[in-house]
Amino acid sequence: MTFRVLVRVMPRAGLLDPEGQAVERALTELGFSEAAAVRMGRAVELSIEAGSAADAKRRAHAMCERLLANPVTEDFLVEVVAS
Amino acid sequence: MTRAAVIRFPGSNCETETGRALEAAGIATTFVWHRDADIRGVDLVVLPGGFSYGDYLRSGAIARFSPVMEAVRQHAAGGGAVFGICNGFQILCETGLLPGALMRNAGLTFVSRPVRVRVERTTTPFTSAYEEGAELVLPVAHGEGRFEASEEVRQQLEAEHCVVLRYVPGENPNGSTADIAGISNAAGNIVGIMPHPERVAEAALGNSDGAGFFRSVASWTRVLKGVA
Repeated sequence: MTFRVLVRVMPRAGLLDPEGQAVERALTELGFSEAAAVRMGRAVELSIEAGSAADAKRRAHAMCERLLANPVTEDFLVEVVAS
Repeated sequence: MTRAAVIRFPGSNCETETGRALEAAGIATTFVWHRDADIRGVDLVVLPGGFSYGDYLRSGAIARFSPVMEAVRQHAAGGGAVFGICNGFQILCETGLLPGALMRNAGLTFVSRPVRVRVERTTTPFTSAYEEGAELVLPVAHGEGRFEASEEVRQQLEAEHCVVLRYVPGENPNGSTADIAGISNAAGNIVGIMPHPERVAEAALGNSDGAGFFRSVASWTRVLKGVA
């Protein structure tokens, strides 16, 4: 089966995120003063051929550990969005 | 004669001047394409600056899987000298040959200007020609040069004297932790720095502060080979 998987990679909490800060300032200037704690990350969508959703998730997890996320500075979330 | 391999990745753009700086120090330089798994038994490897793989995903993240990197890893594991400049430093961190990571500059802009740095460790193949504490003016040109590492790794770097270059207070161009501009592994044979010494390695350029990195490694390999 083919599963559509969404990977979200985010800068680790506590690390300076200048991009998030800049976007937050821009939102405030546009009048969206309620926007706070903006963090900028990366989204990766991919299809994975696997026996089950749990298997697809495991493979995506391994891909994050090897390549998609930097273990020093980033955290990731894997979600199977469709099959 | 000392022999160096300068690795070319798709998107490297500082390899020519790096080769020139090595040659000026009396080092025979070969350019090795990143798909080549053979570094031809050279004495040292340089990973030059540039934008390997367009900096896609993260700077250096994809270059680390190039076939040549296995040879570089083996060379380093045997105590061989490895020097990463700018994108080369990013690749060394992504590869795990050096700890930590280089993140987006705190000011978000690409910074390209000369900065003052201090040489903090001279017991490496690339910095032995300098006095400890020497101040150099070296150009930086990067968008992702903010060094970050866990508290534990930072303490270890300081304890093992692995900070090789530090921006002089007030000169930090990217928000780097503890003003770190370059580090080494504990043994000192692997060095990565953000500034570009190859761009200021001869008097005709108006500044030759960077030449010492290349002179250092020329004399280091002469000593290793027992040649006077």
